[in-house]
Amino acid sequence: MTDSRPVLTMTGISKSFPGVRALHDVHFRLFPGEVHALMGENGAGKSTLIKVLTGVYDTDGGTVTLGGTEVSFAGPMQATGAGVSTVYQEVNLCTNLSVAENIFIGREPRRLGAVRWGEMRRRARALLSRLDLDLDVSAPLGSYSLAIQQMVAIARAIDVQARVLILDEPTSSLDADEVAQLFRIMRQLRDEGIAILFVTHFLDQVYAIADRITVLRNGQLVGEYPTAELPQLTLVEKMIGKELDILEGIDEQPKRDVAALEKGTPLVAVSDLGRSGAVEPFSLAIHAGEVVGLAGLLGSGRTEVARLLFGADRADRGEIAMDGQPTGLSTPARAIERGIGFCSENRRAEGIVAELSVRENMLLAMQAARGWLRPIPRRRQDELVEKYITALQIRPADPEAPVRNLSGGNQQKVLLARWLITEPRLLILDEPTRGIDIGAKTELQKLVAQLSDGGMAVLFISAELEEVLRLSHKVVVMRDRRMVAHLANDDSLDADRVMQTIASGSHREEVNR
Amino acid sequence: MTDTRSRYRAVTGHQLFWPVAVLVVMLAANTIYRPGFLSVEVNNGHLYGTPIDILRLSAPLILVALGMTVVISTGGIDLSVGSMVAISGATACLYISEQPDQNSLPAVLTGLAMGLGIALVLGAWNGVLVAVIGIQPIIATLILMVAGRGLAQLITEGQIITINSGPYRAIGLGHVLTLPLAILIALAAALLVAAFTRWTALGMIIESVGGNAEASRLAGIRSGRVVFLAYVLSAVCAAVAGFMITANVSSADGNAAGLWVELDAILAVVIGGTALAGGRFHLSGTILGALIIQTLTTSVYAMNISPQTALLFKAVVVIAVCLIQAPAFRARITRQRRAAPTSPPTPAREKEEVPA
Amino acid sequence: MSSTSLTLGRAKLRLPRRQVPVLATLVLLLVMYGIGVSQYRAFSNVQVVFNVFIDNGFLLVVAVGMTFVILTGGIDLSVGSVVAMTAMVSASLLQQGLPAQVVLVVALLIGPLLGFLMGCAIHFFEIQPFIVTLAGMFFARGMCTFISGSSIPITDGFWTTMSQQRIGDPQGNFVSISVLIAFAVVIVAAWTLAYTRLGRNVYAVGGNPQSALLMGLPVGRTRIAVYTISGLCSAIGGILLSFYTLSGAPLIAVGMELDVIAAVVIGGTVLTGGSGYVFGTVLGVLALGVIQTLITFDGSLNSWWTRIVIGGLLFAFILLQRLVGIRYK
Repeated sequence: MTDSRPVLTMTGISKSFPGVRALHDVHFRLFPGEVHALMGENGAGKSTLIKVLTGVYDTDGGTVTLGGTEVSFAGPMQATGAGVSTVYQEVNLCTNLSVAENIFIGREPRRLGAVRWGEMRRRARALLSRLDLDLDVSAPLGSYSLAIQQMVAIARAIDVQARVLILDEPTSSLDADEVAQLFRIMRQLRDEGIAILFVTHFLDQVYAIADRITVLRNGQLVGEYPTAELPQLTLVEKMIGKELDILEGIDEQPKRDVAALEKGTPLVAVSDLGRSGAVEPFSLAIHAGEVVGLAGLLGSGRTEVARLLFGADRADRGEIAMDGQPTGLSTPARAIERGIGFCSENRRAEGIVAELSVRENMLLAMQAARGWLRPIPRRRQDELVEKYITALQIRPADPEAPVRNLSGGNQQKVLLARWLITEPRLLILDEPTRGIDIGAKTELQKLVAQLSDGGMAVLFISAELEEVLRLSHKVVVMRDRRMVAHLANDDSLDADRVMQTIASGSHREEVNR
Repeated sequence: MTDTRSRYRAVTGHQLFWPVAVLVVMLAANTIYRPGFLSVEVNNGHLYGTPIDILRLSAPLILVALGMTVVISTGGIDLSVGSMVAISGATACLYISEQPDQNSLPAVLTGLAMGLGIALVLGAWNGVLVAVIGIQPIIATLILMVAGRGLAQLITEGQIITINSGPYRAIGLGHVLTLPLAILIALAAALLVAAFTRWTALGMIIESVGGNAEASRLAGIRSGRVVFLAYVLSAVCAAVAGFMITANVSSADGNAAGLWVELDAILAVVIGGTALAGGRFHLSGTILGALIIQTLTTSVYAMNISPQTALLFKAVVVIAVCLIQAPAFRARITRQRRAAPTSPPTPAREKEEVPA
Repeated sequence: MSSTSLTLGRAKLRLPRRQVPVLATLVLLLVMYGIGVSQYRAFSNVQVVFNVFIDNGFLLVVAVGMTFVILTGGIDLSVGSVVAMTAMVSASLLQQGLPAQVVLVVALLIGPLLGFLMGCAIHFFEIQPFIVTLAGMFFARGMCTFISGSSIPITDGFWTTMSQQRIGDPQGNFVSISVLIAFAVVIVAAWTLAYTRLGRNVYAVGGNPQSALLMGLPVGRTRIAVYTISGLCSAIGGILLSFYTLSGAPLIAVGMELDVIAAVVIGGTVLTGGSGYVFGTVLGVLALGVIQTLITFDGSLNSWWTRIVIGGLLFAFILLQRLVGIRYK
């Protein structure tokens, strides 16, 4: 199936950004006629590796050889010219132009400077039929589904005699049928001898299509494996990394009596809530004082669950009840009124208002709930801000500092303070510890435990299993946009079992109803 | 209290530095060119002199710019203020001109109320288009910018309505406590807007919406209401400016009143340090910006250059201010200043992003 | 693995969607013309239509340039002032006795140069087009009065010929040379947009600038080009205006940018960019012209109704664009 000589070799690639070592001595090979999955959690260095390959970034060290000769591209255009094409997660085409144009724009067939539309359409049809696609090539791209758009992007990429096709999370917004279509095309291209580098977060897809898997973790190469020889569980372990020794070093939360907590009506009971394209319908009950951990790989639907609970996205089916009363959480404002808070994982885009001060950022949610006509009295503001700056040890401890001047960890604490000030009954924390140092991390974990002791329900989302295990009373596992298991966090639950569940997607450990 | 003072000091420390500097330089240049420029004399119990004139003439612009500041802070823009000025001025003048006794105070007040009323309606129209229907602000307000002039002429029936009303004229030319009433009105409006935004939480919420709309939504802010309010506020400010402009000349001209005031107002806001993209707003900066523009106009007048040619200077100021504010320009300058250019920088193809 | 299953995803109706605004404009135009013909006998005279072109030839040319800019998602507020400046420069140079050819070349260079500079400021310094072209508007208008505070008449032979030459049929219906020039500009512009790389890049940049960049298209060059083209069109428009009025006046064409933008939008070009045609702009300008003619014919309606109606149409078309959902972004 594969040639003996790789078409692309990357050797000893290193790349640093100020303060971050994104890649360290990474090796990567790609053979003609294979689909090669590049796997890794957030920050593993997948996208950096691709950007180094396509010339978006310069390397700090290492070499890239393509077809036996060493290359160093000045940019994606040059890479495309040399036969290395990339299709990104978001379709980077112009939906207002026709299908044919999207394939050929920038290199249209021309005569005397005039675009030859007929010729262009003819060639587009020929190219698409090679991919077994029958489209109206003069229709605007926007009239087709995302999946078709994705395939048009692939058509554009392979038209330039591509030898290497990089698909960077092409499936993240496609449904099952569309994925199947895409795979058919990928297999066909593979059989034609094109080398495909496939980045995805969906385990099923990797096992459905990839011939080999390269795993990265924290900017370092974990290994390269034939898919057949790498069981799912091992893959998950290699991606997440088993850091059990560290886990044992830190005091664990005493496991509390879950049964006692779960008596009575749940604070929030969700039944069959779902949104097509985001997350399959799920049910979930969260009780007061309970910490529910949401585990799963990046892109497994963790954030989508949180957003539906908070009303940030509108669910298209299902119901939410609070204290047994059905309630619609159609907007964040409504959710906040009902006592829900949500710390987004995307701090910069969805969390802080960079220009405003620490004080204003902290008081935003409370003020929003009061309405603009009832400002929080200045003295009360100062009290609250002072209290949380001290409690969360925010540095610098200056309430008037613009929040953009703070470090990531401190910005995170400001956001946390924003929600604590509203005294929520359910606090949703989406990756609250990502990108902050170990000290701040432990503090934050302690705080979550304290809050739940005080009766607050917490939905804790994290990619780090040990963190989830340490804090949660119950672990809910997500996989490929589905909620696959509810696991009671008793003595029998450990990282291995959670990983197994993530890897196999089994329902057998279900404890809750 | 000490807190507010320290905050005030921090603000004056950098935000207003450039506007103040520009104003001072302009005043100094004028004084050198014409030594009597800054002299103020008391005549008839009123203050007279070029500085007083500048203050008086800048009052309408300050008013319009105040409303514009709030709108821009939400991340929007209001192009229709010039038309609003014309419409409200025309409405008030038309009503007053039809009264038997144009000097009666109730009649003038009714006229003003009518002008304000129509501005409220038009402001609400803009607000609905932007906040409810979700049309881009620049396009939504373009509609009234175009149609508003027609409406103003419809009200005046294409004539220039001349009135002879003492109370009304006082809005533009009157004096209170030796100072022109116009500047006192502008000042009062500024204080009102400041109180309205800073004593309530409106200012913070507006800045939050303009600074990061999505984060604000997720913090539970219902941005629709505040955005709507901003356009209404802008219309009201424009209406008062409309009264002032028409009172200055005791007549309402649907075509000429408030012509290009929207551009001057936007300019004043930008000079004052409020970013066109929205976010933090600076009312005091805006006032300074308006004063700078009026000083520029007055200086050009004083040098016997036609007011139209003053536009040339204005163009230079606009470009200079925008360049100073443009991050891309600053980056270029600093890049050139630092490190000898080894290789020509490749055209920015993708913003370098550091993985979090 | 047959290709029959691959038509899924074609759910939305697609054929007329993008053409809806243009069709609406066409219908509007026909309806207005119909009203005119049914109300006023003189309206059916072909010369009425020709006069719409004669009176709005310069507007048409400027609107064509604006179409390029708006298609990229930008805006050019300077057009009215550039028109006036071009007319002023021509008038003043002619007054000083320069030969017509030289004057034409100079006048036709100033507009594109200003446009080029504005495009550079927009692209390299990432300042909003609105502000940059606002400065351009101030600058050009200032130049007008800098040249002269009052109107300068044009007596040059070439100009008067161009102004008075009538091209017509035996029935006495005629158009001016300006109309022919305007048509030439329209045809060249339509060809450029449909058949050249530059034209296609204009649509791509307006559709999605990030994508255009990633597809390797010269986004910066395209942006600068459209402002230069708009400057050139404004310059041609200024020349045509000076043919029409045989003078250069410092305060002519004030507020023209609004009419131009309105015409482009009514012609179906989406203000956020990426969708629209020169043909639509022609219809948009005609719509404005017919409104004016109708109001003139009516006699009882005053000129300000024109503005109000234009504003109303603008509103209707922006709403229509939203309803049709052309915002692909």
